[in-house]
Amino acid sequence: MILAALIGVLAGIASGLLGVGGGILFVPALTILLGHGQVEAEATSLLAIVPVALLGSWRQRAYGNLRIHDAAVMGVLSIAGVIAGVALANTLPERVLRIGFAVLLLNMARQLLLRGMAGRRRRLAA
Amino acid sequence: MLGAAHDSRTLKLAAIGTAGGLFSGLFGVGGGAVMVPLLLLWLAYEERAAAATSLGAIAIVSAFAAGAQAIYGNVDVGDALLVGIPAVGGVLAGTWLQQRVPADAIAFAFSVLLVAAAIQLVLSS
Repeated sequence: MILAALIGVLAGIASGLLGVGGGILFVPALTILLGHGQVEAEATSLLAIVPVALLGSWRQRAYGNLRIHDAAVMGVLSIAGVIAGVALANTLPERVLRIGFAVLLLNMARQLLLRGMAGRRRRLAA
Repeated sequence: MLGAAHDSRTLKLAAIGTAGGLFSGLFGVGGGAVMVPLLLLWLAYEERAAAATSLGAIAIVSAFAAGAQAIYGNVDVGDALLVGIPAVGGVLAGTWLQQRVPADAIAFAFSVLLVAAAIQLVLSS
């Protein structure tokens, strides 16, 4: 449980620093550490994301980076996609969903690695 | 003319929101992985504005998706708080860290963590 809370802290740090949504860490924490099935972990992760995204976007607004009208349009008009995605998550076999999520994790790791290498080159060159 | 341009912009935002929503509902993440690149590509967003604006959309998208999942009875509110509340603290800690640890070191550490989680997920399925 303490470890799960610690992963929560890491997810928040990742969200703030790397612009990665917390969900990418919430879902594995909820399955691996708290023993949830994949669908329950995903559902619970979605609720946990809300306060993180609210705080993050409120802070970004202060920096002048948030285009609030566009964000609201995208958010509100996402509803059809959301309903389809949630229905799909509840229909697909758990194993398929889990392997799909693992692919998502690996792809995100690859992107971070590339970003890290580019950032390191810039930092060492400076 | 202006009206048509406005419509096409709204249409693009709707398409990005729909794609993000599908991804979010399917995988239990915010959907930023889909929305950020589309904002860069279709609406000529600059990277920082894309990440920030996607984060704003994510707040709404995840709330919708959590609500839809709640109808299926899948949401554990206690465990959402258990990881979500420390994460809010983590966002604040991130700013403190940003001034002390190079971003590339953090990116490397997280990529290792994600690979470990992927391996564990596949092994346990």
